[in-house]
Amino acid sequence: MWMTIANIGWVLSVIVGAWMLYDWYSTDSKYSEAELTSSREGEIEAMTETHKI
Amino acid sequence: MAQANSSPNHLSLSRVLGPAHVWALGVGIVLVGEYTGWNFSADKGGALAALIICWVVGLLYTSVAMIDSEVTSTVAAAGGQYAQAKHIVGPLMAFNVALYLVFAYTMLEVSNAIVVADTIKAYAGEGFTDWHYRGVIATIILVLATLNYRGVLMTLNVNLVITAFAYLAIIVLFFSVQPWSQGEVLKLGQMITPENALPYGWLGVIAGFHWGIWYYLGIEGTTQAAEEVRSPSRSLPYGTMAGMITLLIGASLTWYVCASLMPWQYLGFTYFPLLDAGKLTGSKTLEMLMFAATVLAATASANGCINDAARAWFSLGRDRYIPSWFSAVHPKYRTPYRSILFLVPIALAFAFTANLGQAITFSILSGVLHYTFMSLNIIMFRNKWPLGSIRRGYTHPFHPLPAIVLFILCVVTFFAIFLGYGAQLTAMVVFYIIMSLWFHFYRYQYVKRGAQFTMPWPKPKGY
Repeated sequence: MWMTIANIGWVLSVIVGAWMLYDWYSTDSKYSEAELTSSREGEIEAMTETHKI
Repeated sequence: MAQANSSPNHLSLSRVLGPAHVWALGVGIVLVGEYTGWNFSADKGGALAALIICWVVGLLYTSVAMIDSEVTSTVAAAGGQYAQAKHIVGPLMAFNVALYLVFAYTMLEVSNAIVVADTIKAYAGEGFTDWHYRGVIATIILVLATLNYRGVLMTLNVNLVITAFAYLAIIVLFFSVQPWSQGEVLKLGQMITPENALPYGWLGVIAGFHWGIWYYLGIEGTTQAAEEVRSPSRSLPYGTMAGMITLLIGASLTWYVCASLMPWQYLGFTYFPLLDAGKLTGSKTLEMLMFAATVLAATASANGCINDAARAWFSLGRDRYIPSWFSAVHPKYRTPYRSILFLVPIALAFAFTANLGQAITFSILSGVLHYTFMSLNIIMFRNKWPLGSIRRGYTHPFHPLPAIVLFILCVVTFFAIFLGYGAQLTAMVVFYIIMSLWFHFYRYQYVKRGAQFTMPWPKPKGY
């Protein structure tokens, strides 16, 4: 049974690995680099904290 | 929910997590340490040493949890201790801390994949070849990476369920062996006698610190979720402290059951102490329960490690400490998808080639370097921004005692690692020195120096 599960695991790994690579390619094709890397640290602080004691 | 987090041209990670997810992330990463790893401290110093280390290292990690909760409830950013180091100490320290984090979690992920494969191999019998063994490793790493790729909420919901299962399995085992009636199933008095309690004396206790770290290694990973929790100043301290309490109880129960069922020579040798404890009860149900729990605990840990390593790598990219290409956020799933993908082949390469002892040691060493930083970091934090100068979600008590305790215990642990793995210790320190030189003399020219300090804090005291 474990050998069958391990073989299924290989197939599953190839499928999900290929899906991630496909999704990575399609995402990078659809959006600009500036948009994808637009995340900024500290937004939570800017939104929720005033630092007035 | 994801759309609420960002403007049309500005992506950010999803703020969807609560305290239970923080608990699942921290305890999920750590709990595998009860199922394998801690028991090697018995090999170094005997069963009683494993108990002493359980509580002393518990003190180390309680200090870590308290210090971390205070700082991260103020610096709520992905990257956790990396972001803390950047704002409190400086860029070079931050770069090193991020490397510690990525190494600690990636090597822990590798160790977990190996543990799952080893556990299954122990039950698979004849015909389970290297091909099948590697199939299990590949499945763990790639399927969990996909889960992480598709979203943090589902990732940590899965972790919550499987971590709770693995923890409850320890509770079930504990009550199944009638702990109130020594001599029926448990035989602590026969297993530990005055003659064999500390077979190598106190030096053995110190040597055992190396493996004792595995009782709690990774609880500080809760801070990596800082940018994805709905209320960082509440959720992170609650989740982290609740996780630490959970682990202290779990570690003590684990030691009690295991040390009462097997002699220290075997306890320090086996890879699966809780699974063996289940077997030794004679109950097939308990054995199967502990088998499933061992696999699930390692899976939960690998899952959390992928989450944390990717956030640390992502944060480095966001500040251009490494190419900013790594700081991309997936527009649909709101995850650091490139960082997740980048670390997959690295984890696979180590998992296919390294042995468990080496992978764990690299993880432990990076972790201890990181804890040493934390003890100095909190002192600087309190000096630069004293109580009352900025808002803190949590203020840890007895300062600076936890920082001093943490620093001393880190020094002891370094000595213990040196005793067992001196070459690896030296190699890793050399590696971090080379990387620091690279960062200082080459990479830092690409960093937007003003943009990296994002917290709207007042100027530090004395500046």
